[in-house]
Amino acid sequence: MDTNFRSERKLSKGVVGLILAFWGLMTILPFLWMFLSSFKSNAEISQMTQNFLPQHWTLMNYKNLFVSGNFGVYLKNTLIITLASFVGLLFNAMAGYGFAKFKFKGKAFLFIAVLSTMMIPGQVTMIPVYLILNQLHLTNTLLGIILPGLVGAFAIFLFRQFMSNISDSIIEAARLDGASEWYIFWHIILPISKPVLAVQGILTFIGGWNAFLWPLIIANDQKYYTLSVGLQLLQGQHTTDYGLQMAGSSFMVIPIIIIFLIFQKYILQGFNVQAEK
Amino acid sequence: MSMGKSIRNRLMPYTFVLPALLLLFLFSLIPILIALVISFTGLDITGLGNWSTVKFVGLDNFVKLFHDSQFLQSIGNTLYYVVIGVPLVVLLSLTVAILINFGNNKFFSFLRLIFYTPSITNTVAVAVVWTYMYNPNMGLLNNMLGKIGIGPLQWLNDPATAKISLIILAVWKAIGLNMLIFLAALQGIPRSLYEAAELDGANWWEQTRHITLPSLRFSIFFVSVTTLIGWFQFFDEPFVMTKGGPLNSTNSVALFVYQNGFQNSNFGYAAAGSFIMFAAIIVATLIQFKIQKKQQGE
Repeated sequence: MDTNFRSERKLSKGVVGLILAFWGLMTILPFLWMFLSSFKSNAEISQMTQNFLPQHWTLMNYKNLFVSGNFGVYLKNTLIITLASFVGLLFNAMAGYGFAKFKFKGKAFLFIAVLSTMMIPGQVTMIPVYLILNQLHLTNTLLGIILPGLVGAFAIFLFRQFMSNISDSIIEAARLDGASEWYIFWHIILPISKPVLAVQGILTFIGGWNAFLWPLIIANDQKYYTLSVGLQLLQGQHTTDYGLQMAGSSFMVIPIIIIFLIFQKYILQGFNVQAEK
Repeated sequence: MSMGKSIRNRLMPYTFVLPALLLLFLFSLIPILIALVISFTGLDITGLGNWSTVKFVGLDNFVKLFHDSQFLQSIGNTLYYVVIGVPLVVLLSLTVAILINFGNNKFFSFLRLIFYTPSITNTVAVAVVWTYMYNPNMGLLNNMLGKIGIGPLQWLNDPATAKISLIILAVWKAIGLNMLIFLAALQGIPRSLYEAAELDGANWWEQTRHITLPSLRFSIFFVSVTTLIGWFQFFDEPFVMTKGGPLNSTNSVALFVYQNGFQNSNFGYAAAGSFIMFAAIIVATLIQFKIQKKQQGE
């Protein structure tokens, strides 16, 4: 009976594997289609019956992104915004440490204020934020695009959770040795926090690379557009040039997939919501 | 200890939290108050240049909104997204997680990567790709369906199918992240529970019903709440793919707010719309918390 049960289990595992393989193929099909179409000429794409693989591989679409599509500028802006978002990561880590390891007046109230910002939808704040930046003469500047999304409550929360678990005796010992608070933060706290920094660092990169809503609202001028906003513009201007559109999409999607594959170990572990009971 | 040093010590914690707090107050909390104030005004593009022309209009914006057929239609559309989208996301990501949890070899962990990939990719890029796939003449989907004798479907071009087409894309994108949350929870269920059930002769379905699902209660609640909030703010996909059309059939409240605020520069009117959305999110979340509490009480 035991062998019977085991073979039954093996069979059902095979069936499950088959279902998942099919479902998984459907899931990545859009990416395959995007990537392969980006190498097709427009003439080939407009044919009624198409092959999945390009008949004549061409890099024309990628060249056009930079020649007529202004993607060099968008790429530069996106990289600047992504780099700047790491300053935000540092602010989040600092705040997390402040809330985890210091006692100060108003701490509980301020922490609740931080958490409450998680509930506020972007659509409610986007008009006032635009008005504030307009008053500060920061609309249509890179700084104006960067500032609104620089820090995030959820990241502060995760840093605080992690840093609360760091033992107080390490910090006390360093203080007795005469280390300054900033020295302790840079040379003791941050190195210990590497696991959470890794996850947050990758998410920060992905968030910066994918930034859409604030650049869309704050940048009026193409020279401040990011890749997402530029791609959206490209779609509007070249409605039927699908080869070009697929090249633009691949240019945005493939680097993220590569980074994800390299760091997947860190990302896939970071999502346990019911660990603490 | 000198007086100066103790003051510095007392101020030290604030220097750590100040930069983040300042930004959050300036770009999250203060904006809420500003949004509330301007939702009672007729602020528009002229008001932006000359604040003295801005008039207090009381509840006019809110009254007008509920007579605006476009706004009412976007509420209807948003509810449609929520009612169809939330259960679909929860059900499908839970199904994928349970299936992937079936095996623990390389094949299954590779599939985990595959299913997660749509979650990290840029919504605009993905929306552009899906717009192409949905193209009635040249798109992949009609191409494939044509081979088995179905179609051609109009997808995004027909008000009857446009909403569903956007939902398919958004569900495809949402499965990965929620699957990971469920997987983490599944792996936390003690093996001994299943072993005991197996000894009692419980089959796979009985084990799933009586052990797996009850143990996942919190994760299911968490995913439902976050997904619900996400669908209420559904924006990127309709913005890139349909601009709310055809015939306003895919317009969401979030997109309505954007269109009125930034394309028509009716800031006061748009702010009022955004507050109605905010209120709806809070009410729906509270209802879910109530249900969750009731279930725990049983």
